[in-house]
Amino acid sequence: MDTRRGALAVPKVRRVGFFTSIEPPPESSQRPNRSQSGPVEATTSSSPLSNSPSGNLISPVLIPPSRHHSDNLTSRVAAAAAAPVPVPGPAAFRRYVAHDRSLLHVGSYNPPDSLLGTSTPSSNGEFSEDSASLFGFQRSDSTKLSASFPNGGFDLTLAVRAPQESETKITTASASEGKKKIAEVSGKSESVTTKPQKEKEPKAPKDKTTKAERRAIQEAQRAAKAAAKGEGNRRADESGRANPGKTAKKPQPKKERLPVTSSVSEKTAVAVEKEKRMDVPQTLMQYDDRSRVDKAKRRAVVEQTESKNKVELFLHLPQYERGNQLPNLSSNFFTLDSIHHAVYKVGLQHLAGDISGDNARCIAMLQAFQEAIEDYITPPMKDLTMDLTTKINGYVSFLIECRPLSMSMGNAIRFLKNQIRKLPVNLSESEAKSSLCSDIGRFIDEKIILADKAIVQHAVTKIRDGEVLLTYGFSCVVEMILLYAHEIGKKFRVVIVDSRPNLEGQKLLRRLVTRGLDCTYTHINAISYIMREATRVFLGASSIFSNGTLYARVGTACIAMVANAFSVPVIVCCEAYKFHERVLLDSICSNELGDPDAVANIPSFRTNAKHSKTIDNNKNLQFLNLMYDSTPSEYISMIVSDYGMIPPTSIPVIVREYRREHLLL
Amino acid sequence: MPDVQSTVVEFVNKLRKRKIEGSQATAKCTVELLRSVISHQRVPHANQAAALIDAVKAVGEQLVAANPVELAVGNVVRRVLHIIREEDLSLTTAAMGGLDLLDASDDDDVDNCKGIGYPAMSAAVVAAAARSTLRPPSLQTLLEGTPESATVPYTSSSGADSESKTADKSSLTRKLKHDVIEGVNQLIHEIAGCHEQIAEQAIEHIHQNEVILTLGSSRTVLEFLCAAKEKKRSFRVFVAEGAPRYQGHLLAKELVARGLQTTVITDSAVFAMISRVNMVIIGAHAVMANGGVIGPVGVNMAALAAQKHAVPFVVLAGSHKLCPLYPHNPEVLLNELRSPSELLDFGEFSDCLDFGAGSGSLQVVNPTFDYVPPNLVSLFITDTGGHNPSYMYRLIADYYSADDLVM
Repeated sequence: MDTRRGALAVPKVRRVGFFTSIEPPPESSQRPNRSQSGPVEATTSSSPLSNSPSGNLISPVLIPPSRHHSDNLTSRVAAAAAAPVPVPGPAAFRRYVAHDRSLLHVGSYNPPDSLLGTSTPSSNGEFSEDSASLFGFQRSDSTKLSASFPNGGFDLTLAVRAPQESETKITTASASEGKKKIAEVSGKSESVTTKPQKEKEPKAPKDKTTKAERRAIQEAQRAAKAAAKGEGNRRADESGRANPGKTAKKPQPKKERLPVTSSVSEKTAVAVEKEKRMDVPQTLMQYDDRSRVDKAKRRAVVEQTESKNKVELFLHLPQYERGNQLPNLSSNFFTLDSIHHAVYKVGLQHLAGDISGDNARCIAMLQAFQEAIEDYITPPMKDLTMDLTTKINGYVSFLIECRPLSMSMGNAIRFLKNQIRKLPVNLSESEAKSSLCSDIGRFIDEKIILADKAIVQHAVTKIRDGEVLLTYGFSCVVEMILLYAHEIGKKFRVVIVDSRPNLEGQKLLRRLVTRGLDCTYTHINAISYIMREATRVFLGASSIFSNGTLYARVGTACIAMVANAFSVPVIVCCEAYKFHERVLLDSICSNELGDPDAVANIPSFRTNAKHSKTIDNNKNLQFLNLMYDSTPSEYISMIVSDYGMIPPTSIPVIVREYRREHLLL
Repeated sequence: MPDVQSTVVEFVNKLRKRKIEGSQATAKCTVELLRSVISHQRVPHANQAAALIDAVKAVGEQLVAANPVELAVGNVVRRVLHIIREEDLSLTTAAMGGLDLLDASDDDDVDNCKGIGYPAMSAAVVAAAARSTLRPPSLQTLLEGTPESATVPYTSSSGADSESKTADKSSLTRKLKHDVIEGVNQLIHEIAGCHEQIAEQAIEHIHQNEVILTLGSSRTVLEFLCAAKEKKRSFRVFVAEGAPRYQGHLLAKELVARGLQTTVITDSAVFAMISRVNMVIIGAHAVMANGGVIGPVGVNMAALAAQKHAVPFVVLAGSHKLCPLYPHNPEVLLNELRSPSELLDFGEFSDCLDFGAGSGSLQVVNPTFDYVPPNLVSLFITDTGGHNPSYMYRLIADYYSADDLVM
């Protein structure tokens, strides 16, 4: 037991995400032969290590189709971004790399056993809760992962702490199993055991005290929150979970590398949490709620006429007639008072569909706000912060009337409001305005333009000569990637899949063909035919939710699904500012409806399929033009963001950890 | 028979130019053509069945070569060949029965009467009886060829006296051709009536408030849905539009005309909507022997989505769509690429397609069909009832004789 314990304390870094492997694969003979867990270990760790392509250092790894790493944020993607690094094969999950300086446990495979961990008896209930909250962001939804580790993962921290609480008898099967496995793991890398152990030991008592502290803080926060806002239950709960997560990191030696040192900023964190709560847009307006819709209508600038033939399934979404309000609105252009003309212009462009694409829309909106802020004069007897916020709110609701905001725009608006709120009181009006404008400019530069460049740099490393890259619709990031890869002389072919009614792919096709790329164009129905040729799928995104769901142009899910069926890796390119903390399961609850007439109108050469006007008015016939759909995370092999290349399971981590930084900027 | 030859050529040209669309229409035309071929075929005294088979085969080969992707042609030709063989077999058993009688009674007239009267019973019954008595449905039936048995009567009847022999022969000859044409007529009837047969089963599969997704334009699906509607079931139908042929719009138009609640969705929204769909119903272009389905393009995508959401994927197919072949690389070999102009206007892109230096190439792919592997199909509904994909090979053994599988 003693030897096991010594082994247990071995702090090891399990680096996930992507990295170049440092350690040679441990020999299986080194492992002590334990009863029960020995053979399992052999199947789980050593065999994939030996055959996995990530085992060797140089070869870039081809990503198998559905790969879900439980990742964590501390593998600093940005740092690793400089070098083109292989995405780890499945074996990499199990790789406990001995790290020379900061030795710590940054994560674990939670899978099925983490549940058991939380249900352990009261003696270790304390730490298991911690570990649950610490690793709460690690999603275990990937069946493949858990399948490949039949013994289940275990919480490293749980196991590490177990021996420290020597008086507690760990009787549960999961804990003992965890210990056994830890022993296994340690057996693999005995060379690094001694030093870290010393480092670790003095931390134990501290650990205990902080636990109590943490509890107290947590309780206090909860109470404060409950008092402050009774209705924000969901948020309070979430933040309550988020905070212990942060504090739980404290005992970890790596805390100085974390973006936010929680021990000092506990108070500010609370404040931030509060602010966040105010930022979070209220749950989307449900359009089947009559009273609220009527109320909203009274305030509305844009007079939308509701479409007559609504699709019942989507009554909760706005279904308006298209195109009839535009002339009216354009004539109002010079008489408007409440809306700044720049914002008004952008709104009309959104309404008419002149600007499409999330990035373009977001930039247009931010620039309009910039202009509006420049022209803004604080009315007498009013506070700049308060008044400007209400003004912005008015603009935003106008924009929503024109076209529902995308998730990324919501994020940008939150950022802007935060900047306004955080303005120092002593700033003069002009200073405040210029500071806000420069903030907006910096957001556009850093979060969108530079982020795109970073994504291009990352993604290009995944393109090899002779490949056939498939893309869907039009995504400007994907276009940049393809053009850049072509520029640096990679030889590849592009398959552009398109769909009605927008036919955005034709725009991309035109741009690529004129730049001299070899293209194949087809429509989405032929995806099963063309997918056999493809070697990689590159997709753009409108947003990625924190459960890993990809929210993108309708049809993306089909592409990802078929790619998955054909074992083609799916790479999603998405700027990190589009990540969103909401969760989404299907494409019905949250979506946007386009113009149904666009579906009804079909090209003229198919005259026999045309619908006559009389049939159009038939109550029984409806046309549904969905704009987005949601792709389950299991179809996504990798997400390329400005923070690096990450698995979809890491989205909540990025959202949680970088949101703070993002808000502070 | 120059008129038959000319109609064959005309039909071959139509097939080659893809003037006839849809497997049902093709099957109908084919079987009618084969009927006229049979009726004009002059049959020799000896071995009439073989002569008929050769004639049908010769025409069938031309037709299949004209449009190898339209599997219904081959299926119908095989069905007709099967009919000829069955009729021949039933006549043979009748003749043999007659010979036994002859030996017993030594009376020529009775024998002749029997010889004619016996097959006057329904040919199908006799065929079934012949199969059950002579050759029970077994592996042997499939492996053993019919020609040997077809030659049996002539050798055995050669023992009878010359007068009865000639009479017997002439009646047999007339009888065979007549029976074959009768059988072909039945086949025509069956092809024409397969919709009703399938639609009758609709009520068993569609319940109240169901949401059904379909794609492509299929008459069978239309009749199936309407039959359920007529039985006062109320349900809604989502129709994928099926770009670039927009057959979904055609189907939607018909459904609306018949009063069904119809919603047209884009093809890209199939995955988004499938989570709210209770059943996917499609009409097949052809059903392969392994239970795989060839359907309108986009079907595989819908089938995968249905599997992901555990939605039943139901395929409606008349028996003339059952193809006795096992598919090899069906996505390519049993597919057809249509004109790129349906997807892309060349005029719009001609400017960027400068074939000089530094310009990229542009290909446009526009396939017509899609292959759905059998593991994605939940149920086949044919005119003989519902079947599992794994049962298809057995149905095929009922409809085709093993000699004709390779034409």
